[in-house]
Amino acid sequence: MTRQLAGQEIAAALKGVFPEALTDVGASDVTVRGEDILDVCRHMHDAPALAFDYLVSLNAVDWIDSFEVVYQLVSIQYNHKAVLRTRAYGREAPVLPSVSSVWRGANLQEREVYDLMGVRFEGHPNMRRIFLWEGFEGHPLRKDFLLQRP
Amino acid sequence: MTLKTEPIIVNIGPQHPSTHGVFRLRILFDGEVIHDVEPVFGYLHRGSEKLAEERTYTQIVTLTDRLDYLAAMSNNLSYCLSVEKLMGIEAPERAKYIRTIMAELMRISSHLMGLGFFLQDLGAFATPLMYMFREREKIMDLFEMASGARITYTYMRPGGVNDDLPPEFMPALRKFADEMPGYIDEYERLLRENEILITRTKGVGVLPRDLAINGSLSGPALRASGVPWDLRKADPYEVYSRVQFDLPVGQIGDNYDRFLVRLEEMRQSLRIVRQCMQQMPAGPFRADLPMLLRPPKGDAYAHVEGPKGELGFYLVSDGSISPYRCAIRAPSFINLSLLKEMLVGWKIADMITIVGSLDFNMGEVDR
Repeated sequence: MTRQLAGQEIAAALKGVFPEALTDVGASDVTVRGEDILDVCRHMHDAPALAFDYLVSLNAVDWIDSFEVVYQLVSIQYNHKAVLRTRAYGREAPVLPSVSSVWRGANLQEREVYDLMGVRFEGHPNMRRIFLWEGFEGHPLRKDFLLQRP
Repeated sequence: MTLKTEPIIVNIGPQHPSTHGVFRLRILFDGEVIHDVEPVFGYLHRGSEKLAEERTYTQIVTLTDRLDYLAAMSNNLSYCLSVEKLMGIEAPERAKYIRTIMAELMRISSHLMGLGFFLQDLGAFATPLMYMFREREKIMDLFEMASGARITYTYMRPGGVNDDLPPEFMPALRKFADEMPGYIDEYERLLRENEILITRTKGVGVLPRDLAINGSLSGPALRASGVPWDLRKADPYEVYSRVQFDLPVGQIGDNYDRFLVRLEEMRQSLRIVRQCMQQMPAGPFRADLPMLLRPPKGDAYAHVEGPKGELGFYLVSDGSISPYRCAIRAPSFINLSLLKEMLVGWKIADMITIVGSLDFNMGEVDR
């Protein structure tokens, strides 16, 4: 059975290295400040006791005031998992650091989030739309996207 | 005398017989050798995740059928498990066994198609594919008995399955489980030692272990690279902790390993089906739930080991009758993350086999 790390456990592992990075500690997840997400992810990947070598999924949720990006991580070595959250603010050009340099599996998923949700990932090698065509207006998974054009 | 060469861009697809749907690749060739690859997605994008936000939790089951249309039962199962996790409920015992049997039959069916089309790409035109269609037909007959449909089953519901198994199902399933190992042996005799198959697959499209993990590959593509990672073992759901089965693992992660892993997985799936048939209890097949589900506020991620890899649904509820967000972790899509690394340096004919050996489904890639 994959062991879900409690929020406190992740926080304890990260506190010493990133004292300022965590904004919230939940029951089974932690929320990381947007600008620190790349460093935190690299640490989660590299630290021998954590060894999160596998990015399961990367999704975004539109909470109107901000975009929440959820990272589901798994360590194949230890068979434990962790959930990281981060937030991007602003509706015009929300931006977060890309984690595709840590996990190549993030490459297509970050492009998908950009295409459908409009969150840009800085440092991504190919930050372009993936499903919709260049020139498409808006990002359909946003809550304020009009389903029927006037 | 030296010949002057220049690289050219060739467009493969979206309407190409070997692209498994509407997949398009822009490839930069120098002569026959691939220098750069750019996959182009989106020809089958239907906005499933957005549509889910407009439907009730039960209605969304029909959308999941249309993701990977060769493995609709697995999609149903993954979605229903997410809703159940979100609501904090569990399906009755009998429903769990029924769902496990269906998911394993779906795996066999999907692997049959994956292998058949892979061999077709290799040039074994139609013969192996038609053999495999023959056996898939029997699985579809079984599904038709249970659900009334042959492709889009919509058989599972949050909290169980739509209907109990009809009386003729179990004898037919027993017959299938007895016959199928012979057919798999037949494929193996026909193909495993085939010289053309070996020459075109052994050592081609090698995916090293660490790269496969880093690229978030899952399913047979990951296990062929020597990673014994299967959610049925690593994070058991339904009744997988009560059945015995082995995990076929490849050695170097070439096309041949991916072929063999799928072949062996079908045998293991039959083992699971047989054990489930023995253990299956009588009783209710569906939990007593209202027609309109209103899960409490919160989020949940549940996953299954689908035929193509880890299939997960991330649901966010705001307490209403439809999800606030329904994100799909589609294995076919994420398995294409490393396409460039796998293809660069190979020739155009190998490109077809490497893409075929990944066994992806465009309905799930584009969603």
